[in-house]
Amino acid sequence: MPAVSQPAIPDATQASAPALLTIRNVAKSFGKNPVLRDISLQVAQAEFLTILGESGSGKTTLLRIIAGFESVSSGEILMGGERLDNLPPYRRRVNTVFQHYALFPHLTVAENVGYGLKIARLPGQEVATRVEQALEMVKMTPYAASKPSKISGGQQQRIALARALVNRPRLLLLDEPLSALDANLRRQMQVELKSMQREVGISFVFVTHDQEEAMVMSDRIALLHMGELEQVASPREIYSRPATAYTAEFIGHTNLLSGEVKDGVAKCHSLFWRTGLRDGPGLFSLRPENIRLAGTGGSGAAIRFRGKILRQAFHGATELIQVECADGLVLSIRTASRENWNGDVDLEFSPADAVPVRPSQAQQAQVRQTPERT
Amino acid sequence: MFSRAYRTAITVPPLLWVAVFLLVPYALLFCYSFWSVSPSQVIVHSWTLDNYRQLFKVNVYLQTLFRSMWIAARVTIFSLLLGYPLAYYLSFCTGKRKELLYQLVIIPLWVSYLVRAYAWKTILGSDGVLNTLLQYVHLTQHPLEFLLYSPFAVVLTLTHIYTPFAFLPIYSTLEHIPRNLVEASHDLGASPWQTFWRLIFPLSIPGVLAGATFAFVLSLGDFLSPLLLGGPSGIMISNIVVSLFGAAYNWPLGAAISFCMLALVLALLFLSESLEKKWSLR
Repeated sequence: MPAVSQPAIPDATQASAPALLTIRNVAKSFGKNPVLRDISLQVAQAEFLTILGESGSGKTTLLRIIAGFESVSSGEILMGGERLDNLPPYRRRVNTVFQHYALFPHLTVAENVGYGLKIARLPGQEVATRVEQALEMVKMTPYAASKPSKISGGQQQRIALARALVNRPRLLLLDEPLSALDANLRRQMQVELKSMQREVGISFVFVTHDQEEAMVMSDRIALLHMGELEQVASPREIYSRPATAYTAEFIGHTNLLSGEVKDGVAKCHSLFWRTGLRDGPGLFSLRPENIRLAGTGGSGAAIRFRGKILRQAFHGATELIQVECADGLVLSIRTASRENWNGDVDLEFSPADAVPVRPSQAQQAQVRQTPERT
Repeated sequence: MFSRAYRTAITVPPLLWVAVFLLVPYALLFCYSFWSVSPSQVIVHSWTLDNYRQLFKVNVYLQTLFRSMWIAARVTIFSLLLGYPLAYYLSFCTGKRKELLYQLVIIPLWVSYLVRAYAWKTILGSDGVLNTLLQYVHLTQHPLEFLLYSPFAVVLTLTHIYTPFAFLPIYSTLEHIPRNLVEASHDLGASPWQTFWRLIFPLSIPGVLAGATFAFVLSLGDFLSPLLLGGPSGIMISNIVVSLFGAAYNWPLGAAISFCMLALVLALLFLSESLEKKWSLR
């Protein structure tokens, strides 16, 4: 397979602020089954980093490795310059909010929150004050004497958060903490969690499979796919400059245009545009919202074409429309809602919005393994 | 769902069985406990509390009852001391071998009680395995007599027999502790030792209570081990009941003792039940 020229993206696996946590070349396999391959990632002081991926991508394994519940097969993890990966979980200044909260059923809400402080042998008075403050922070003071089984899922979630944060960890790990909540509560907790993180200034590593959640909350997103990092970047960057085809498709909707580049011009079906790529096959991501109705205020350099409306899907404020171009190329287009679409439309996009992407590494590996398949 | 006739057909036979073979004999026995035996060994069907009075007046009955409880208490403690670590080890430390080890604990339950009791007899006897070995290595000159026909032998045998009964409920509660709680405890800075005392042990108390109840109640009513291995000093209350119903032909007194035992056991079951409820807080 000829090399696809790589888009110029800064190495975003490096945190910009001083790194709190450094994951260096970490790999993990269960038996012969590799789960993580060569993961390198840094988490900055007071950063909200989301590890995003579908189920089976290895995201939970990576979190469990940081927490100390799994060992690394190779590589190392450092926190503040010191080796973390050879410490047992109870010696790491890392706390976890578990997916199903894991509150202790035999202890009250207040005793749950005070568990870590008591283990650390803090004086009783200080334990009491800090538990009180923590409960206040998550607005659960009235439930201090309740048993976990007597409070709702959303409340249990807050207690799990308070129980972790009260220990003032250097790093807080959150394993899909919102997945068990219903949609409304979930959106509310996303906002609360983000503002709480800003308030306490502790680094959060948040694991989720929900790309919207990741976009809303994160400073940076690390997208994991089949045990490998696809891209690490801010939500804006990862959305507007996806590095790989997988990233472009996983985060939001996109049109993947597969074409040929010759003498600085990309050709895909009947569409041509200028590109900085070298000659050879090229893959481009073109977001549906970057294709506009012609004449609605694009630059002069816009690529114009004509298409036939196939179908439309109403999404509230916007509509997703499928358009077939003259030569059979089908594109998705997002526009403001309007009552009826039919017949042919004139469309345009600017070449800058056709972002060159790599086929993802995992896909390349698959291609290498099965060369007979085309 | 099911027809009335079908429900009747499946519920009546077991109820009848319980009534005819359990409740009626119990009622009869209860009546017996208020009757008496004439000097000519005939049951006198006149109501009296003499049997119950005698039970508290004659020293040997109360003494034997207390000895039985003391033996049962020791069996309970030793069964828990053996059963708990075993259950903990199986539940938390074995991984893939768990099933095999679990079977190894269960298999002895299939071996006849008598075989296990006789096995101890051949081990503990004056020319048994243990004494022969001790003399062979010159640790002792003469066979140790206290090994067999003593409360020691009874406690040892009953502990061997009832440890699986203490083990099973403890193992079951340990298996039901969600492993993410253990991880949460470690995550909050608790070492394995602290996690055991603050999390695992409190959550396993219902199992410990159930196991203790099994071991105590079963060994309190045991009569074969004291009969085979107890000797005169290892006699337990059930042996007295057996001899009262048999050789002594004093069914009324035997029945009275049986009912006192039954009351004691029911009180214990009730107590452990309410304690278990108090501790299982979910």
